[in-house]
Amino acid sequence: MTTDTLLSVKNLAITFSTSKGPVHAVRGVSFDLGRERLGIVGESGSGKSQTGRAILGLTAANGKITADQMQFHDLDLRNLSKRDWRKVRGARISMIMQDPKYSLNPVMTIGDQIIEAYREHHKVNATEAKRRALDMLAAVKIRDPERVFKSYPHEVSGGMGQRVMIAMMLIPDPEILIADEPTSALDVTVQLQVMAILDDLVRERGMALVFISHDLHLVSSFCDRVLVMYQGHVVEEIRASELDQAKHPYTQGLLNCLPKMDGNHAELPVLTREASWAEA
Amino acid sequence: MTAMIEITKLNAWFDDNHVLKDIDISIPANGSFGLVGESGSGKSTVLRTITGLVDDWEGNILVNNKELTKKRDKTFYRLAQMVFQDPFGSLHPRHTIDRILTEPVNIHKLGNSDARVVEALKQVGLDNSFRFRYPHQLSGGQRQRVAIARALILEPKILLLDEPTSALDVSIQAEVLNLLTRLRNDLGLTYIMVSHDLAVVAHMCDDIAIMNHGRIVERATAGQLADGKLENPYSQQLFKAAGGYDRAVIDSFVDWN
Repeated sequence: MTTDTLLSVKNLAITFSTSKGPVHAVRGVSFDLGRERLGIVGESGSGKSQTGRAILGLTAANGKITADQMQFHDLDLRNLSKRDWRKVRGARISMIMQDPKYSLNPVMTIGDQIIEAYREHHKVNATEAKRRALDMLAAVKIRDPERVFKSYPHEVSGGMGQRVMIAMMLIPDPEILIADEPTSALDVTVQLQVMAILDDLVRERGMALVFISHDLHLVSSFCDRVLVMYQGHVVEEIRASELDQAKHPYTQGLLNCLPKMDGNHAELPVLTREASWAEA
Repeated sequence: MTAMIEITKLNAWFDDNHVLKDIDISIPANGSFGLVGESGSGKSTVLRTITGLVDDWEGNILVNNKELTKKRDKTFYRLAQMVFQDPFGSLHPRHTIDRILTEPVNIHKLGNSDARVVEALKQVGLDNSFRFRYPHQLSGGQRQRVAIARALILEPKILLLDEPTSALDVSIQAEVLNLLTRLRNDLGLTYIMVSHDLAVVAHMCDDIAIMNHGRIVERATAGQLADGKLENPYSQQLFKAAGGYDRAVIDSFVDWN
């Protein structure tokens, strides 16, 4: 673990006990996270979201986490109490979920939700908290912060809702932000605009970003480094700029099976899965 | 060559909201037409109007040289079938695949449902073991294959495809797109495909229309789209956005609302 490393994960495994027996969602995942943009890419069921949730202590009750190391600065995340987790979660490590429609409180105004997030971790009076919340809404490029502050989540668009989520998650000034498919529910242009806002804020504040997505192209154009996951394993780690030199057949297969805008209607190459990929 | 689908001056309203404005589309038999746009552009509403799910519309829709009236009859649904986006929502959760596929056969009194179900499953690449399962026992890709089989079982000439692969992983998307291409060639089907993904439409369709706010703002062939030869600023922006995260490009975006 170098001095620049914020978080070091070694040999992370997550197993869920279900009525049909244990499900190994994540197996042997290791990575170090510095002040960078790290992408985690995989298809549904690859364990990418579970990896993100484990870093935040949000694994469901029937899930068991084992790891040789999960070190966040001087904190060992493996055996934090619930009380200690609350000091980390939101304040120092935060998470943006996929769909603002489901992750914002529908019966509370946006302003009150952002203030709540801020005052949970900072002792300030109501006036100061409101000023901070309005500044934050302006920082995520919302044109009329006063109006949005007073609105309820159903009164704003999807792109606006996701900006609100970013504002809420960034206002306590965390060191690590985990974004789990933060833009998959949005139109492409809005998606890119939201990512640009995220990018600016993460850079300005010197935060580390973990960007979880199914979209290999989008992630590689956005992140510095990408982990490709398949059935709970990291099958390949690659610099985003060198994606075209991917070596693992799964990564190559994922890239090849995307339809391309070359006016060619030929059959798309189909991914042929091999059992050996799912082994460490 | 006469057109399989000929739409002229189609307008539609949701209450006071004018959602389709003067849509003109012509698709030859065995052609494949793509509608691209962002949410709220009206692209799905075009399909829903054709298939009779929108009440308040004006204009002319000719399908197989027959003018559509406000009410669709059974012969129309033998001719044109729709496949919806979400295979989790479009299959009855408490009906077996067999019952899901048999129902349209019985409604249209085609008879011989047993052989038809087997044949439809075979066409979409599912073996007989799927026949007596429930939708929740299938993966997303398998469910979408069932939805396609349900459409094909009436031996239609036209498939209306509303984002058929956007709920699927890319590797499964490739399989379903290949299936759709093969079916069009083998059965001589005519497609209208709606998608937010320019690359999917460029891959699947010969002619493409880009929609914004209920209007077709630009038309292109797959070749023109491949070369990026678009003139309308809105469609240019959409084209650039499909290229991934590029800061300079994003800063040039204009809000089209």
